[in-house]
Amino acid sequence: MKYQSEYRKKEDIQQLAAQIRKISKKEIRLMEVCGGHTMAIQKFGIPSLLPPNIKLLSGPGCPVCVTSRKFIDQIMAYSRMKEAIITTFGDLIRVPGSSGTLDEEKAAGADIRMVYSILEAIDIAVQNPGKQVIFAGIGFETTAPGTAAGILQAAQKKIKNFTVLSSHKIMPPAMAALIDDGVPIDGYIAPGHVSTITGSHIYEPLATDYKKAVVVSGFEPLDLLQSVYMLVNQIESGKPAVEIQYKRVVTEAGNQKAQEIMNEVFTLRADWWRGLGVLEKSGLGINKKFSDFDTNFRFPMDIPETSDPKGCRCGEILRGTLTPTDCSLFAKACTPVNPVGSCMVSSEGACQAYYRYRNN
Amino acid sequence: MDKILLGHGSGGKLSHELISNLFMHHFSNNILLVQGDAALLPGINEQLAFTTDSFVVDPVFFPGGDIGKLAVAGTVNDLAVSGAEPLYLSASFIIEEGLPVSDLERIVVSMTEEARKAGIQIVTGDTKVVNRGKCDKVFINTSGIGRVKPQHAGIVKGNGIYPGDKVIINGTLGDHGIAVLAARESLHFETTVHSDCASLNQLISGLLGSFSEIRFMRDATRGGLATVLCETTMHNDFGIRLDEAALPVKEAVVGACEIFGYDPLYVANEGKVVIIASAAEAPQIIKKMKENPLGTDSAIIGEVVSDHPGKVVLETSIGGSRIVDMLAGEQLPRIC
Repeated sequence: MKYQSEYRKKEDIQQLAAQIRKISKKEIRLMEVCGGHTMAIQKFGIPSLLPPNIKLLSGPGCPVCVTSRKFIDQIMAYSRMKEAIITTFGDLIRVPGSSGTLDEEKAAGADIRMVYSILEAIDIAVQNPGKQVIFAGIGFETTAPGTAAGILQAAQKKIKNFTVLSSHKIMPPAMAALIDDGVPIDGYIAPGHVSTITGSHIYEPLATDYKKAVVVSGFEPLDLLQSVYMLVNQIESGKPAVEIQYKRVVTEAGNQKAQEIMNEVFTLRADWWRGLGVLEKSGLGINKKFSDFDTNFRFPMDIPETSDPKGCRCGEILRGTLTPTDCSLFAKACTPVNPVGSCMVSSEGACQAYYRYRNN
Repeated sequence: MDKILLGHGSGGKLSHELISNLFMHHFSNNILLVQGDAALLPGINEQLAFTTDSFVVDPVFFPGGDIGKLAVAGTVNDLAVSGAEPLYLSASFIIEEGLPVSDLERIVVSMTEEARKAGIQIVTGDTKVVNRGKCDKVFINTSGIGRVKPQHAGIVKGNGIYPGDKVIINGTLGDHGIAVLAARESLHFETTVHSDCASLNQLISGLLGSFSEIRFMRDATRGGLATVLCETTMHNDFGIRLDEAALPVKEAVVGACEIFGYDPLYVANEGKVVIIASAAEAPQIIKKMKENPLGTDSAIIGEVVSDHPGKVVLETSIGGSRIVDMLAGEQLPRIC
């Protein structure tokens, strides 16, 4: 089974890097908007292979990082509800809300369980008929279809004690908002997993209306370098377009079945993004038809607005206007053991990626 | 009687029955058979190594082993990597009410078998039973005693590690962590990977008998290879350079790590020893290790350097380099 080593061959990588250096003339800024890319770029040391005129930026691609502290506060409040079991992906467990983290709440007695899939959460609901099982749904188009499929399954099985607290978001509005806000970006390294679901066509307006280069990329070093090469090519020739580098997985139309179930279960709503504020039609609320499975509908709760901790620059880092090392807290007051901001907590956050894979 | 009852831990008749039918029957040896409140051990005129470890792995049975095998091998290995010859073990069980007796017997038989392989005796023990839900099936604590020859007393501290020394491992990384992860029912994930859980004392004693420039040993369990190497370099005047291309990792483990977002460097092992030895002896050590079934994939994976004291740096296979740091939290829950 050789699906990885051929994408990590030193000679091929050096050769591709040399080709990029050869064709790249302009000062350009390329942004990725996917936590997986953030990690891969730092892990493989991609920036060190590129000429100094190409700057790689990390955008709002980490779901935990862009989500408000209010969401964590809300989960914590629900965890104190009588007979509640909170189920969530491991990523959320250590993210600080206004008054602590879910693992602190768990240690204090709340029933909070880490699951790898929403189906596990549904099993827990079936096994605990006297309890209310709440699944904290987070992520972009990559995880949203899973949540949608879970809700459909729960509906089909007529499960009464299972609801979803959705914080799911979609990517294109954030990518457009950054450009509208004037963040200097010449091209996007578009997310591989999101695009597997949505198809590459969702980025067309970025190329046609905003004149930005877009290449959907895979996650191996050769994928990323080839994507940079394609982006540089587009920018240098002045012909922005949407191209797919990650062709072994991504198509123009995407996964139709996944899109259908997302459309059936979710409805677009305005949502808050760290660094970007409220963006119209950027969040996925649960459709009225499935309100029995919507935690917000079944158990309405008022949670006060929150603000981010002092000194934390996560917002600007998520906009790509600062890099993690520009933050005065980075690697000093803010480390993975004692994170201040969400970008240091999440294993896909830009600050954690810079911290884990720093080379001095 | 097919399930463990609270009465089995009461000290009364049920306890006695369990002890004689199960523990005494399988662990059987002359020291244990005295059944005193303490085991009396023959005097040893050498330095002693003493260690303890508790085992709470979930699930208790997994491909390649079970909590019993782990509890024996884990403590045997802690002694062996300290340069000691493991001699005696204690075994204490905290059992959840309702555990099938057949499961307990399977675990005890597995411990007996591993103790026999490792050439050690289980000489004392204890059993407690707690209410359902107060522990998860069974928790086991083992403590172990071994003797240390004077010439090996420095290994535990890692005295005399010099730049140029080689870093060696006896086989593939991350097998245990991935095998246990896949064995969790809730994951619906299958793999062919078996835990590497094994007692390493014979492999190690073979090396200590043949080589004089083994500076340091540690078993790479929780936190994986990365954590052991970080602990080794921390507060020291040397660093370690690891060569990613030389790290032995099974394709199936690489694949599983990609799916779950883990780094094999941090995934747990239960049958892997990291050795730091002189560059002069390293190739011969590898040759000798490969003669043992537990060392067929042995490799030199890095070098002690003076460049970046206190730090472990990985030379990546694509020609970059990065710092290998300790993890903030656990990658996987309860793997040992």
